[in-house]
Amino acid sequence: MLEELGTTEQGDLIINVGPQHPSTHGVLHLVITLNGETIKKVEPHLGYIHRSIEKMCESLTYRQFIYVTSRMDYLSSHINNHGCALAVEQGMQVEVPLRAQYIRVIMDELTRLASHQLWWGAMAMDVGAITPFFHAFREREMINDIMEETCGARLTMNYMVPGGVAMDLHPNFRKGVKDFIRLFKSKFDEYDELVTHNVIFRQRMEHVGILSGQDAISYGTSGPVARASGVSCDVRKWMPYDIYKQVEFTEALETAGDCFARYLVRMHEMKQSLSIVEQLIDAIPEGDFQAKTKAVIKLPKGEFYSVVETARGELGVYIISEGGTTPYRIKFRSPGFSNLSALDHMARGGKIGDLVAIMGTLDLVIPDIDR
Amino acid sequence: MPSLEEISKSVHDLLTTALPPVMALLTGFLIAGLLVIGLFTVLGLVLVFMERKVSAYMQIRVGPNRVGFKGTAQTLADTLKLVLKEGLTPSGSDKFLFNLAPFLVLITSMLLMAPIPFARNFQMWDLNIGVLYITAISSISVIGILMAGWSSNNKYSLLGAMRSGAQIVSYELSAGMAILTVVVLSGSLKISDIILSQQNGWWIFKGHIPVIISFVIFIIAVTAETNRAPFDMAEAESELTAGFHTEYSGMKFALFFLAEYVNIFIVCAIGAVLFLGGWMPFHIGSWGAFNRVMDYIPSSVWFMSKTFFLIFVIMWFRWTFPRLRIDQLLNLEWKYLLPISLFNLLLVTLVAIMGWYF
Repeated sequence: MLEELGTTEQGDLIINVGPQHPSTHGVLHLVITLNGETIKKVEPHLGYIHRSIEKMCESLTYRQFIYVTSRMDYLSSHINNHGCALAVEQGMQVEVPLRAQYIRVIMDELTRLASHQLWWGAMAMDVGAITPFFHAFREREMINDIMEETCGARLTMNYMVPGGVAMDLHPNFRKGVKDFIRLFKSKFDEYDELVTHNVIFRQRMEHVGILSGQDAISYGTSGPVARASGVSCDVRKWMPYDIYKQVEFTEALETAGDCFARYLVRMHEMKQSLSIVEQLIDAIPEGDFQAKTKAVIKLPKGEFYSVVETARGELGVYIISEGGTTPYRIKFRSPGFSNLSALDHMARGGKIGDLVAIMGTLDLVIPDIDR
Repeated sequence: MPSLEEISKSVHDLLTTALPPVMALLTGFLIAGLLVIGLFTVLGLVLVFMERKVSAYMQIRVGPNRVGFKGTAQTLADTLKLVLKEGLTPSGSDKFLFNLAPFLVLITSMLLMAPIPFARNFQMWDLNIGVLYITAISSISVIGILMAGWSSNNKYSLLGAMRSGAQIVSYELSAGMAILTVVVLSGSLKISDIILSQQNGWWIFKGHIPVIISFVIFIIAVTAETNRAPFDMAEAESELTAGFHTEYSGMKFALFFLAEYVNIFIVCAIGAVLFLGGWMPFHIGSWGAFNRVMDYIPSSVWFMSKTFFLIFVIMWFRWTFPRLRIDQLLNLEWKYLLPISLFNLLLVTLVAIMGWYF
């Protein structure tokens, strides 16, 4: 059946969706083959915003290259920086102070919240409801303000450095986060009322774009996409880094594998992130926010690999060092790229509206795919 | 303050006394035509501004508030921009149909203005098959949309037009059935008769549950017929960029835009006439004083407030609901709304024959 759907015949409608298209959130270019409204094939074409970040990193020092990675998955820039910092620290053999570890994890979770909020609004917009976007941004703004106070930036933070974080927390940080937690908890009901329990939304999401657990593994998906298919793959659980092993949280798992399962996983993750931040915010220990490191970092000859859980899934940072001040080669394993590869499988046989819904629940960030 | 009825009567008297009969008739036509065009423009400006404000307050924004008094001239400025823009015709398009389509859509909505009673005895053309006229004329606009989509030489436009065609043709049935229930109850196709039959209570109050059901079906069906969210398949911004008017720019786009908003006004006006008593004031049984106060409010105000209430409801839909998928949209019509309205029509006929309404 699928082979039959995959061939192009005369009379098929071939459409370029993107690079400039309202539902691709950026500049993803898809070539879709249609039979009427039914999708026969989806072919992602990459390269429109390729900036060769991996090559650029080869000529930057170990302190500098972290700043470039904020521009990969710009919605979880903290977590990208965190992954890079972990890989460099592995080579430096340096112990990160406890305070810095707490700050890093809190920042990671706040970033995850902000990213999922944006996804929530954008996905509702994909299926045609424009209002939730503004509601999501109202709360996301508070996180951005908290970040701005401490890191000085709102999108590309560059806050994590090898050995800790770049600067100490702002005095208002704890109060701001607590205010945010209190406010955001009351908003979940509003979100559910507006979107989750909406009949039309459920119709658009349920039994659409089904990805079985087996397929989720073979396509190499990770993060919420894989967890919605019942694959337990949370890096924070399986390979805890920094103080994640001391934090109590449950891994959001669903088994249906459809768009609605992916939606529920992310909604559940937001609640978990909130609870992680709540656990840690009062327990931040006093001490240094950064380990003593040399101004110029030199890594020994060898290979270093670290993996972190971004808002979209598993980000791997692989550094090959020849012993100098710059890496010999850097490879990023970005979650969006693998998640995108499952798009064709999920969208085949569906309608154009389904394709948009599936792309929404994959939560694609194009600069993460096209590095 | 003289009512609209008196003004139109005095103008008519003036024309017939001052001019020979043929000239008087032609001048009357001219005035009516100019008034329709004027109303069209004003409605477009008001409704677009209203939509932007309603959506803004639903989305925790302020909306346009810079141009003119509290932003009221924003739509005027936008229109000016659209007039000054170049009207592009894409290469490979069918130029004749491409340029004809927006006018066809616009003329359809202009024709629909004719039988709408804006106030007591203030109606351009009270023809005896008014309701039939409305249902017949309103289906012409789909030809304009199909023309626009086909002639644009754009795949998005074509898909949007095909969706729109399927959608409007399907939902016309339910809208027609819902309208028929009121025709059955009032026993006339003439708009003024339908309104007069609601003198002692609007149909939505008099007709019990069957009429409420048909009112709900009517609102759903006309939302779909005017291509508004959650049924905006023809445009479906996140799927088809702009649907059937992707290739239109400048004034030709503005005409589509204008026709869309005027169509909303027209269907809401029809809804108000059929179910909410048109220009009839709100009366409660034997409360003499209350009824006299209600009578004091001019009939045009009654009509406009009912219509704008329905318009607000339709805008409310748009800014709350996600969009349906095309197959779900057609399922809703053919599997649910149409059987329900057929059965409902039988029920209403029973109510009408037995005289169970008030």
